Amino acid sequence: MAATPTTVSTSPGPVRSAPGDWQRLRSGDEAAYVITFMAAAGILAITGLLVLELYTNSSASRGKFGWSFLITSTWDPVNDQFGALPFIYGTVVTSILALLIGIPLGVGAAIFLAELAPPKISDALTFLIELLAAVPSVIYGLLGVFVLIPILRQIEPFLKAALGWTPFFSGPFYGVSLFSAGVVLAVMIIPFIISISREVILAVPGDQREAALALGATRWETTWDIVVPYAKKGIMGSIFLALARSLGETMAVTMVVGNDPKIKASLLAPGYSIAAVIANEFTEATGQLYTSALIELGLVLFALTIVINGIARLLIIGADKYKT
Amino acid sequence: MNRRSLLLLPLLAIASGASAQQILINAAGATFPYPMYSKWFDGYHKKFPKLAFNYQSIGSGGGIKQVTEGTVDFGASDGPMNDTQIKEFRDKHGFGILHFPTVMGADVPVYNIASVSTDLNFTPEALAGIFMGQITKWNDPELMKANPGAKLPAADIIVVHRSDGSGTTYIWTDYLSKVSKQWETKVGRGTSVNWPVGLGGKGNEGVAGQVQQTPNSIGYVELIYAVQNKMKTGKVKNLAGSWVQASLEGVTAAAASSKEMPEDFRVSITNAPGKDAYPISSFTWLLIPEKIADPVKKKAIKDFLAWMLADGQTMTSALAYAPLPKAVVAKELKAIAKIQ
Repeated sequence: MAATPTTVSTSPGPVRSAPGDWQRLRSGDEAAYVITFMAAAGILAITGLLVLELYTNSSASRGKFGWSFLITSTWDPVNDQFGALPFIYGTVVTSILALLIGIPLGVGAAIFLAELAPPKISDALTFLIELLAAVPSVIYGLLGVFVLIPILRQIEPFLKAALGWTPFFSGPFYGVSLFSAGVVLAVMIIPFIISISREVILAVPGDQREAALALGATRWETTWDIVVPYAKKGIMGSIFLALARSLGETMAVTMVVGNDPKIKASLLAPGYSIAAVIANEFTEATGQLYTSALIELGLVLFALTIVINGIARLLIIGADKYKT
Repeated sequence: MNRRSLLLLPLLAIASGASAQQILINAAGATFPYPMYSKWFDGYHKKFPKLAFNYQSIGSGGGIKQVTEGTVDFGASDGPMNDTQIKEFRDKHGFGILHFPTVMGADVPVYNIASVSTDLNFTPEALAGIFMGQITKWNDPELMKANPGAKLPAADIIVVHRSDGSGTTYIWTDYLSKVSKQWETKVGRGTSVNWPVGLGGKGNEGVAGQVQQTPNSIGYVELIYAVQNKMKTGKVKNLAGSWVQASLEGVTAAAASSKEMPEDFRVSITNAPGKDAYPISSFTWLLIPEKIADPVKKKAIKDFLAWMLADGQTMTSALAYAPLPKAVVAKELKAIAKIQ
């Protein structure tokens, strides 16, 4: 969402007084410019209005708590004390977990489908995966509650035996947890990663592959060293889209995360996310400060999305520099 | 008359007909009584086809907000408006707002303990202690004392509460505030509170599902939900000292036995003194502005209220809502005259 505006500023402006204007207008250049510019400006305007609305409507909460809103962890609607930290923590942890699980599986599957699988199987599987992307999130939530959590209950003793010594897998497990939410989110974002990554890998010119093979590279070497790096930008794009989806996911998360605004290191403990608390509490929120605090949470989520996207981009740029 | 104006005729007829005959009354608010209201509005619409209600079940908070903004003709809420909210309404409109109790509901404790097949007894102290996080094991003396025959395990109690703001939570925390000073000062009452312990489930179905899936857990759901899903519910010790299983009669008994009904009907009936009173009960209210400018709408709303208090009350039990006690009905019928 942050990348859209940049396409506007780089496009050349119209040359209004040049001869042959009429010609150009008739051939569609001017009209196309105006129409596409309006479309791009519209997106900017929507984003700007969104931020403005969130900002003005959260003034009561911003005025009362200031920056401490971001670093305190009491959420008490009865006594009008609001702090966003547990929700920020839960949102970040579940999304990172989802990416940790989703990226290897998603990119791996995309490579298989694009490069290695027979075309017939690849087409059939891709169709199914794209169907997965259209499944409503409440269905993923229900699957999480009735299928995933019972399974996690079975494997939890093994997880604890293997990793229980770390703080991340300690403490009691109630089924609903940050871990469950991360897994459900991973399942939800994998179709996005696969579908887009496969398309960009397929779009890598055949010359690249042929050249590598001609130089004596094996099929896997060609795929991993030539094709994937060529498609890297597109794959990264798919991951950003997946990240945005997981940061903002509401329904599926609230059904499996436990909805407990506390910060615990253990992934097996229940947590809460920003989108989930807004959806849960907004309808019944009375009182100016309470509503205002919930709206400020929306603003925080917006900022968080930009910050995390930015960090991810910096990491990629850094990795590129290190490589070359 | 030419052809073009002939074409316009039916359109004109529809437009003028709609404005002269059809009356649409907009309302919004509580989700808990929505099934009852929608049945009432539908029944009333069938009786008077010219009158239609549009009720949006957006939650009590939304109902209070919208009626204060003046975007709906009346609101509905599971908790009475507090003094600040009433003042805000009066400042904005120059007149007050009236509360009309419609039906009653109750919260019941539900639990999942493999070794217990009978209905468990809960003292107010036990419920407050469990939800406060002070009673943490099922074999706590407070629970053992109240349930002599039951095989209570030495397992940790897992508390489940609502994660979404709801009237159900308001009733539950209002009750706990009345029976425990500590709860009142540390947590308090509200549609969402800062829970000392526990997991959050979304909606009655979320809490019920969580309890059914988690061994040794306890939660609370709306009585209607428990009845419709045939859930095992706990008995609660009321103020008179008797163990009461939640029932529609018990809820009506709580309303009948509660202290003198105030003029504005803003009353909490949790922890009511009656012998058969189920202690975790509450009214749900319609919020109606004192002055309604449109005379047609005013008459329609007043007539509907009178009908709801008479015929409407006979329809409640079929949907597992508790009907209002007779004394409250009589008092409300008088209060209808306050709408001007």
